[in-house]
Amino acid sequence: MSEITAEQVAHLANLARIALTDEEIEHLTTELGQIMHAVEQVSEVATPDVPPTSHPIPMQNVFRDDVVGTTVLTADEALAGAPESDDSRFKVSAILGEEQ
Amino acid sequence: MARAELMDFDKALELFEPVIGLEVHVELNTTTKMFSSAPNPANSQFHVADPNTLITPVCLGLPGSLPVVNGEAVKYSISLGLALGCEIAPSSRFARKNYFYPDLAKNYQISQYDEPIAFDGQVEVELENGRVFTVPIERAHMEEDAGKLTHVGGSTGRIQGAEYSLVDYNRAGVPLVEIVTRPIFGGEADTPALAKAYVATIRDIVLSLGISEARMERGNLRCDANVSLRPRGQEKLGTRTETKNVNSMRSVERAVRYEIQRQAAILAGGGTIIQETRHWHEDTGATSAGRPKSDADDYRYFPEPDLLPVVPSKELVDELRAALPEPPAVRRRRLKSEWGFTDLEFQDVANSGLLIELEATVKAGATPAAARKWWTGEIARLANAAAVDASGLVSPEHVAELAQLVDSGTLTDRLARQVLEGVIAGEGSPQQVVDARGLAVVSDDGALIAAIDEALASQPDVLAKIRDGKVQAAGAVIGAVMKAMQGKADAARVRELVLERAAQTA
Repeated sequence: MSEITAEQVAHLANLARIALTDEEIEHLTTELGQIMHAVEQVSEVATPDVPPTSHPIPMQNVFRDDVVGTTVLTADEALAGAPESDDSRFKVSAILGEEQ
Repeated sequence: MARAELMDFDKALELFEPVIGLEVHVELNTTTKMFSSAPNPANSQFHVADPNTLITPVCLGLPGSLPVVNGEAVKYSISLGLALGCEIAPSSRFARKNYFYPDLAKNYQISQYDEPIAFDGQVEVELENGRVFTVPIERAHMEEDAGKLTHVGGSTGRIQGAEYSLVDYNRAGVPLVEIVTRPIFGGEADTPALAKAYVATIRDIVLSLGISEARMERGNLRCDANVSLRPRGQEKLGTRTETKNVNSMRSVERAVRYEIQRQAAILAGGGTIIQETRHWHEDTGATSAGRPKSDADDYRYFPEPDLLPVVPSKELVDELRAALPEPPAVRRRRLKSEWGFTDLEFQDVANSGLLIELEATVKAGATPAAARKWWTGEIARLANAAAVDASGLVSPEHVAELAQLVDSGTLTDRLARQVLEGVIAGEGSPQQVVDARGLAVVSDDGALIAAIDEALASQPDVLAKIRDGKVQAAGAVIGAVMKAMQGKADAARVRELVLERAAQTA
């Protein structure tokens, strides 16, 4: 398995909109590398007859009825934790030149 | 915005083969959202709502909240997959698509990645010129819609100059099915029309299934169009652009045509196409560059740990398959025979994408001929003038009511057109507009006769001519009477009465 590089950490930080100093990148490169190695050890135990799983609990088809629930918030409740709001909406700084 | 250089469409087709791929997002009209029990604004009963009032902690990704799959949305998705001729995955799962943008509060969108619920389908699409095309479907997967951002401040109000953005999460979590085609070859000069016909067919399918309101002007149905060109004789596909959120069927056709012409001009001039997202501008009929494909497209998908796999039973799939409505192509054949239209008349309706509206209008009590006349005539004209889809302009029920008011003699065609304008302007139902504007035909012969006698008395020369048998002279009197009645009279009836009165007053 490949090592985590400082470039990859910088790339991830950019994707996550986190500004990191060179020292922080270096520190995280080491830490993430250790996590990768730990995961690698788990992979070693997996033999070809063990199918990959995306969930540890052997359950499926857990569905909800299509009925409006009791946890619907008012706009005031929804905005209670917002650092800033305006006109019943969350106010966020403009993200320039980006649209998803 | 500088307008790009365009190559003549026919010339572009000579030099290049266009290849398109279409992604259509369908908002399902379940009562609640995909993963939360919040009311779903894509269901018409919740369409009108104040900002941030259709949300639960799940929609905001608040700590401790957990998504639970809406079972009804899964059924709708399976039905749609079946109607698209797809295989239904024996097991499918959700995945997180990670990105940082405030339209979703939890910094990822729950979607499906490597295990979509439906795959490998095909849809028969009939073009306006009668050509039938089979569009290959790669997959249809379930996901959630994102919230709506309003960019405020800056010189233009557009995002580039925005100072801040306001976020309404009502739409966050609305159930979506994204339908992705494989590359579509062989459309040639029909490629733009094919793109439009494909979206119209998807709209027909979801409406007949009753799983979406499918109103493009509300964003219930959205199309992203991938377009690439390759030089004649070349095997390798050209670089594609993706034009986002083209929000009317008319625009789909125009946007594809525009991209073909724009890319052809660049390639023929020795340039290269940049793989990028482009935005469609309805007002200028052009696309402009959005962001290039870049690091931001690194979505780091991974299986959604908060949700369990969806494993539909064979019984459920069979049951949903048995309940499918007739395919659009079959339906068209049936309607044509039921309505008794000629090939040309039916093509006229089908081409304007108004079969569903016509069917609903006939069901609401109009004759097929009257329904056709209104939808492909005055309504289409008004829609065209306003550059919107006719389907969003007026409801079939109102059109049927209008047709009945004409049939019963309450309105002349001319008055009915005024009433239609009132209905479109939001003044109420046709009857309400008739009452409010006082537009009903004056069917009181007494009032008409009084106006006729007055007109005849003031034009004795005309009266003399009529008596001499020159009945065409009556036109001047009819005109005067219609004017006196402010157009609210049946001209044929006025003519009868004029001739009658002219004879009597001899």
